[in-house]
Amino acid sequence: MYKRLPDAAAAAPAVLLTIDGADFAARAGDTVAAALLAAGYDACRTTPVTGAPRGPFCLMGVCFDCLAVVDGLPNQQTCLIPVRAGMRIERQQGAAVFGPAAGSGQGPR
Amino acid sequence: MTLPERCDVVVVGAGPAGLAAAVECARAGAATVILDEQAGPGGQIYRAITSTPMQNRDVLGADYWHGATLVAALQGSGATYVPRAAAFAVSRADGGGFEVGVASGGAAALIRAGQVILATGALERPFPIPGWTLPGVIAAGAAQILLKTAGLVPEGPVVLAGTGPLLYLVAAQFARVGAAIDCLLDTTPPGRIREALPLAPAFLASPYVAKGFALLRQARASTRIVRGVERLEALGAQRLTSVRYTVGGRATEIPAGALLLHQGVVPDINLSNAIGCDHRWHDARSCFEPVVDVYGATSAAGITVAGDGAGIAGAQAAEARGTLAGLHALAALGRIDSGERDARAANPQAHVARWTRGRAFVDALYRPADAFRLPQGDTVVCRCEEITAQQVIATAKQGCPGPNQMKSFLRCGMGPCQGRLCGLTVTELIARERGIAPADVGYYRLRFPVKPITLGELASLPQTTESTQAVVRMKAH
Repeated sequence: MYKRLPDAAAAAPAVLLTIDGADFAARAGDTVAAALLAAGYDACRTTPVTGAPRGPFCLMGVCFDCLAVVDGLPNQQTCLIPVRAGMRIERQQGAAVFGPAAGSGQGPR
Repeated sequence: MTLPERCDVVVVGAGPAGLAAAVECARAGAATVILDEQAGPGGQIYRAITSTPMQNRDVLGADYWHGATLVAALQGSGATYVPRAAAFAVSRADGGGFEVGVASGGAAALIRAGQVILATGALERPFPIPGWTLPGVIAAGAAQILLKTAGLVPEGPVVLAGTGPLLYLVAAQFARVGAAIDCLLDTTPPGRIREALPLAPAFLASPYVAKGFALLRQARASTRIVRGVERLEALGAQRLTSVRYTVGGRATEIPAGALLLHQGVVPDINLSNAIGCDHRWHDARSCFEPVVDVYGATSAAGITVAGDGAGIAGAQAAEARGTLAGLHALAALGRIDSGERDARAANPQAHVARWTRGRAFVDALYRPADAFRLPQGDTVVCRCEEITAQQVIATAKQGCPGPNQMKSFLRCGMGPCQGRLCGLTVTELIARERGIAPADVGYYRLRFPVKPITLGELASLPQTTESTQAVVRMKAH
């Protein structure tokens, strides 16, 4: 698990978003991956091959272990996406689902 | 995304090398575009330099804050900086120069450029141990990125394991913010110091010596250090719960909330490999590097590699290597002659020499042990396709000659990371099983797109009459 240092919490304004439908206050400057870790989710998906839990590993866009559903779009590299107010983040189960069934009912735009 | 359709120079990557290269080119009047995947400039070493919430300068240190001067130089240079943009392809254009494929904001575009400078930097060397895919296990560099970008630190007993100078920097940085590492498991083999000793005299003249000793002191004062770790396992069912390590044949298990792994960094060669630049195996560093001259020029005319992507030498050297790549590009574009290029190269070359002095000592001392480069049993090698060491070894024993054939048997290296986290491991395992050198085994043959792009992004590319006719059935008249 991760904790926010007091200096950092004071330095950046809160950014309100949801993770699996639950409200969470991330901080400006967070990536989606950082927000997931700060919210206590160290696993953001299960693998398509064996269903094993995985979480962010490299945080620099290389490993693709931090994939999750962001605003209805699956397979997003969450470590490369800055948080935005109102963002809907969902953990991804197995292989990505595209089309109307993806995320909370909204398909890729 | 507003991207120019053509320019003189495209720089890929906005770390120290890319920033310096872009500044050198743009200041000379060359139309320069610098692309970077991250939301802000700085690369990984200066990650979040314009936005970090860690404003107490003592925490990340003066070496980190030096990055701000590079960003300031970029801002005044006239270069076009494009954040959150992935260069997924580079190909030769009809009529000379290159076409660089860029994906950004859900759309793709092609930029025509006379010269391309790759400053793609380094990535963490694969560290395949049992359990390294468990949530709770992250790269040590990743923990640093969380600190720099978000002021986040791991909780619960925190274990840092591996080898290399970064290990002690991380331990010192976390101690400074009051989040000291609970246990540092040093996997440097005891024999390495003896092997490295003949190379020590040059290193003693390196500016890194004083920094290194200071970090060692700080780490020792704040963290329990266990040396000579021969074996390492991350344990847990759904997430990490403990770490088991072996010293002198004796295993110890300690509870862990987070395990940070690091055994050095290696060049990110996916783009240079896919372009077709020559690469060679560097034995002491146990990795592939592009073959480059002093300017970073590769075997492919017009393609230059700057910084750690051309061989690990650190941020200070990367900056100077970026300047050298910029000078090379300017000469190739005819903006300066070769005499001016060479004259202006003297300073950055001296800087590179100063900051790479004794590098061979560091390479030898921190070369990861065989046990941590050559996994066995059901340890995962390819994280994407979940291929284990014994699968790779068994397939090699059956006669599979190389990594590209291994793809057909196992799909290893064919997931979204495109071999970045398994390529070196697969090459070295096959080399051992075949009893030949990794250089003779070779690496994955990488292809564009080097980053996954969506069909929507591809479809947004401008269409030519030829490309339309290639896929549309013509109506009979």
